[in-house]
Amino acid sequence: MNQIIFLITLLITLGVFAFSMRNLWYNFSLTRHEKVSDWGRRIVIMLKVAIAQTKIFRYPLAGIFHALVFWGFIVITLGSIEMVIDGLTGTERIMSSTGWFYNFVTASGDIMAYIIIISILIFTGRRLFLRIKRFYGIEMQPKSKYDALIALSIIMLLMLSLAGLNISYFQIHKMEYAGLYPVSALLAANTLEGFSIYELHFIHNFCWWSHILLIFLFANILPYSKHFHVFTSIPNVFLSRLKPLGYLKNMPSVTAEIKYMLYPETTEAPAETVAERYGVKEVNDVTWKNYLDSLACTECGRCTDNCPANITGKKLSPRKIFVDLRARMKEYSVGRKKMGETFEDGKTLLHSYITAEELWACTTCNACATECPVNINHPALILDMRRYLVLEESSAPSGLNAMFANIENNGAPWQYPPEDRLNWLSDLNK
Amino acid sequence: MEQQIQYSVPIMADLAASGKYPEYLFWVGCAGAFDARYKKVTVAFARLLNHANVDFAILGSEETCNGDPARRAGNEMLFQMQALKVIEILNQYQVKKIITCCPHCFNIFKNEYPDLGGHYEVIHHSQFLQELLDNGRLKVDKQVLKNQSLVYHDPCYLGRGNNIYEPAREVNNALGTTNVEMPRNRSKALCCGAGGAQMFKESEPGQKEVNVERTEEAIKTKAGIIATSCPFCMTMITDGLKFKGKEDEVKNYDIAELLYQAIFK
Repeated sequence: MNQIIFLITLLITLGVFAFSMRNLWYNFSLTRHEKVSDWGRRIVIMLKVAIAQTKIFRYPLAGIFHALVFWGFIVITLGSIEMVIDGLTGTERIMSSTGWFYNFVTASGDIMAYIIIISILIFTGRRLFLRIKRFYGIEMQPKSKYDALIALSIIMLLMLSLAGLNISYFQIHKMEYAGLYPVSALLAANTLEGFSIYELHFIHNFCWWSHILLIFLFANILPYSKHFHVFTSIPNVFLSRLKPLGYLKNMPSVTAEIKYMLYPETTEAPAETVAERYGVKEVNDVTWKNYLDSLACTECGRCTDNCPANITGKKLSPRKIFVDLRARMKEYSVGRKKMGETFEDGKTLLHSYITAEELWACTTCNACATECPVNINHPALILDMRRYLVLEESSAPSGLNAMFANIENNGAPWQYPPEDRLNWLSDLNK
Repeated sequence: MEQQIQYSVPIMADLAASGKYPEYLFWVGCAGAFDARYKKVTVAFARLLNHANVDFAILGSEETCNGDPARRAGNEMLFQMQALKVIEILNQYQVKKIITCCPHCFNIFKNEYPDLGGHYEVIHHSQFLQELLDNGRLKVDKQVLKNQSLVYHDPCYLGRGNNIYEPAREVNNALGTTNVEMPRNRSKALCCGAGGAQMFKESEPGQKEVNVERTEEAIKTKAGIIATSCPFCMTMITDGLKFKGKEDEVKNYDIAELLYQAIFK
């Protein structure tokens, strides 16, 4: 009977999750293609940035607690896999035959559960009682705050149920038990001493089912929360751009046109296909990687916290760019599904969500991309929107238009003739 | 020690006319050629190249903007027009190695010109000067600047853009000055405010200018010299010092100027 109930809840969980993933897949299908290569280097960067959490430590205090929660989740996930197998097959602790490995997994899982409880208390306290500047900002709607608190509460309940599970298991099987539970063993004597075996079994089963159902619930809340980064961060780091941050990708369509313009005899005319829009205006102009970036963002705000424009009071907030992208995609994809390519709601990502003023404030200093713990690349997307503004709308701030004119007319961003390039030589021997 | 040497800067076209192709192209850059303050850096660096007997030449009046500010401002058309022109000129002189003082020029040649068919070994002057010091082709008199204190400001396109933080510091460490750091340094360094074509436009409304925020941080270190290695950073920091009324107490020099002073004065 238990197995059948378990199977049904598991199938519901997977079904709902598959539905969410199908919607996301559709969103990805609206974006532009971009090639991925260099798999070896990607494994290295994933081990370094995602698994070893190197970038999260750039904020040492918050970093250490995050890393503990993350590493704790990894070992505890092994235990969760065991619970799913047990639930389906009716076994109890099926992995216990793996000997020292099982001891290692259960012991580290047990210790990490309590470390996570402490970390979550600290994180929650920090959110509720300390006013951390990077947790605020125009893009931080009340939803973001509740989102954070809901996730923290669920994680707390997950860990409390795991602790209860370990403590009651130890208390029941004191004489002979599988695995190691260093902290729970200590706590068992103080909490569950004197309970009858019937009561202990009830507590054990209650914690077991609470834990597994919370996992199922959490997994299905995540795709609609900023905490989806639990699933998307590692792939996002794995797929991050490997070029130096200073690099800006080329626009081959422009190259084809210019080559034809400069050398019409020797170059083939650019193909007369439906012209692709230059740069990014709407969410279907972004690459799939830009969109994955937006799903990997958990709104920690380290980008904005280090943005020179934001620090000095300009409207630009790098985090907002990706919060906006995710929000607009959600809205846009619903319309596209209903009305197809003719969908039009009088809004676009650029202008309705992100203003030109924000984009022009960027110094492309790459502090945001350097800081981002999951390797989101903000400046690349900002630049693609600037490209749209200039190439499709010809709307740039007046200073930049003057600079363009100077480069066109005299090959320098300032108004000096090429002959003057040698003027400095007259000071060489002074 | 006042040198009697006659400095000379060959022009690519002149050398090519007699069939000569130097090892390095010194890409002066627009700021290096036109900015009144930054021209002094160009002079100092050219003198150092002379002194170290480097085989180099400049393009002179054939040099033209490599399109970086246009690309950063979103004008891909104009950038690529310039880039294809520049690649043609560089091919004509069989250029293989480029030295430049400008991190923006450095970045675009190194990282972005390959996409358009321009492949070069690109060296920033901080890297080149470090090399000249390391192999003894330049020797510093540590007495000259020994009573000075110095703080270095990282340019974004060298630092975060290309992960180059140490060569300029190595050069500064050779000077004999007392060197300090700002709280935000290396990959945590705050931008001067000029990157991404900000140099050429008014900033958006805000509470403060970025260059003022950065200059204040530098002033707080109490160093007498703010060392930079980028023409735009120099403009921004020098303006920041003027804005704070500190231009008499604190001086802003490029690392090449400091090295030149330490060798020749």
